[in-house]
Amino acid sequence: MRRIQIVTGHYGSGKTEYAVNLALSLAAAGHNTTLADLDIVNPYFRSYEQTARLEAAGVKVIVTSCGGAADIPALNPAVLSIFQNDNQSGVLDIGGDPIGARVLARFAPQLAGQDFDLLYVLNANRPETNDPDKALAYLQGIERECKQKATGIVNNTHLCRETTLDQVLKGARLAQSLAQRTGLPIVAHAVERRFAAQAADLLPEAIFPMDIYMKKPWEIGICD
Amino acid sequence: MEKELWKGNEAIAEAAIRAGCKYFFGYPITPQNEIPEYLSAHLPKVGGCFLQAESEVAAINMVYGAAGCGVRVMTSSSSPGISLKQEGITYMCGAELPAVIINMMRGGPGLGTIQPAQGDYFQATRGGGNGDYRHLVFAPATIQEAADYVQIAFDVADQYRNPVMVLADGMIGQMMEAIEWHPVEKRVLPEKTWATTGTKDQRKPNIINSLYIDPNLCADHNVHLAEKYKAMEENETRWEAVNTEGCQVLFVAYGTPSRIARAAIRLLEKEGIKAGLLRPITLWPFPGKALKEAAMQDSVKAVVDVELSMGQMIDDVKIALEGCRPVSFVGKAGGVVPTPAEVASAAKAAMGR
Repeated sequence: MRRIQIVTGHYGSGKTEYAVNLALSLAAAGHNTTLADLDIVNPYFRSYEQTARLEAAGVKVIVTSCGGAADIPALNPAVLSIFQNDNQSGVLDIGGDPIGARVLARFAPQLAGQDFDLLYVLNANRPETNDPDKALAYLQGIERECKQKATGIVNNTHLCRETTLDQVLKGARLAQSLAQRTGLPIVAHAVERRFAAQAADLLPEAIFPMDIYMKKPWEIGICD
Repeated sequence: MEKELWKGNEAIAEAAIRAGCKYFFGYPITPQNEIPEYLSAHLPKVGGCFLQAESEVAAINMVYGAAGCGVRVMTSSSSPGISLKQEGITYMCGAELPAVIINMMRGGPGLGTIQPAQGDYFQATRGGGNGDYRHLVFAPATIQEAADYVQIAFDVADQYRNPVMVLADGMIGQMMEAIEWHPVEKRVLPEKTWATTGTKDQRKPNIINSLYIDPNLCADHNVHLAEKYKAMEENETRWEAVNTEGCQVLFVAYGTPSRIARAAIRLLEKEGIKAGLLRPITLWPFPGKALKEAAMQDSVKAVVDVELSMGQMIDDVKIALEGCRPVSFVGKAGGVVPTPAEVASAAKAAMGR
């Protein structure tokens, strides 16, 4: 895995859940890990909301937009430390859609020559990316706005609390079709931990088991 | 139909298109920006027009104009922006113009915060504009309901020739949920013979106005409007009762707090306390009769109103209960959302435990 993991995708693809889980798994594996919440388009359901959990696990969190609660598209200069300090793993959680990915263009000079993956998180249950044509159009839009090429696909097909294994498999077929058309590898199928064993039996690509941290207010203390 | 994952704001925008809305005029504000964003991309595909106005005041007056032409039109904003639209809303009620207005509420007062709140209940149900006017207020609690009621709102608006507001807290706009696009109830609607569509030299011009120089005519107009509002109260009041039969605690909540109250019901159940929820789906007309019936059961030891405000709907709860039951309040304003455990604790305190 490359030193810097940049997580992009359509709104609702589950980028944030994947980014939080990825940072926690890197820290658990002993990496000196920093997560930067670079979402400047979405006000709610942001990775910075998990700061306490991430910091407790040893992940450094860099927050943008005035502590995250204001819709001010201002970037924290601390983000540069991820590019400058190469004995750490960086996870960059980028805002949704091409418009959210635009923030990366500002870091084009820093990314030149860096060891990074740009991941396209895909959810087949989102109507705007539910077939290969639409999924490709979003991918190309993101690449155009952020001035970088994606290096891999993450299938994160879910329906929040109503996810089933069939949906994971449906998403896998979409990801495989997109992989064929773009030549990009499927980096992982990101699945809730309860589906991990079955998904590993049925799918040839890597499985990334996830715990669900991004909860709605009425799920807190209820759906653990 | 297969379920899809939709963000609340996007579902509201798509629902408007499915209801035949062709025109949208608005001005950006968090947390509702995905509504104009979606419509700017998708309205042109159905032969409609999206226009970002120079201000909220301009946008609501564009809505007035389009509604007068007899087309389906919508605007959306969040709390401070809805304040700016109040003049247009009272003019539309006065001129009897149908339209759908979305308020994706954020913390206030003033500019407040971008996090979810319900501090605009008074404004929505009492009217922030001048004069004796009312408009229906739908309060969806799920993305599915948001998608359904936005479509229904267009029919209700056309049936009564009156604007309809869909009032939700920012959480409903920003969160993702699985929904299905199923057919919603459709009404038989009268032709818009009053619309300013051009006389084609075959009729007298239609004039749409809220100005009545003769006070007697203005008085008659108010009586006519009041009759219309009474019909809405009789025919359009909606609510959901969850677990209310024989409940010891009765929660009253709409939108996001109703979801938290449902979670609190499960927490209380574990402690052997039977709690229920009366959830208004229309805030005006308020389902006071259904609430009183549920609250007056002998089993009810506490009525607990839950809001993302410092207590606004609680006034309607008290009016409905006519002093027959004490009403407790639990809520937070300014963008902070209480947890299910906090709501459950408030219920126990109200029961004297």
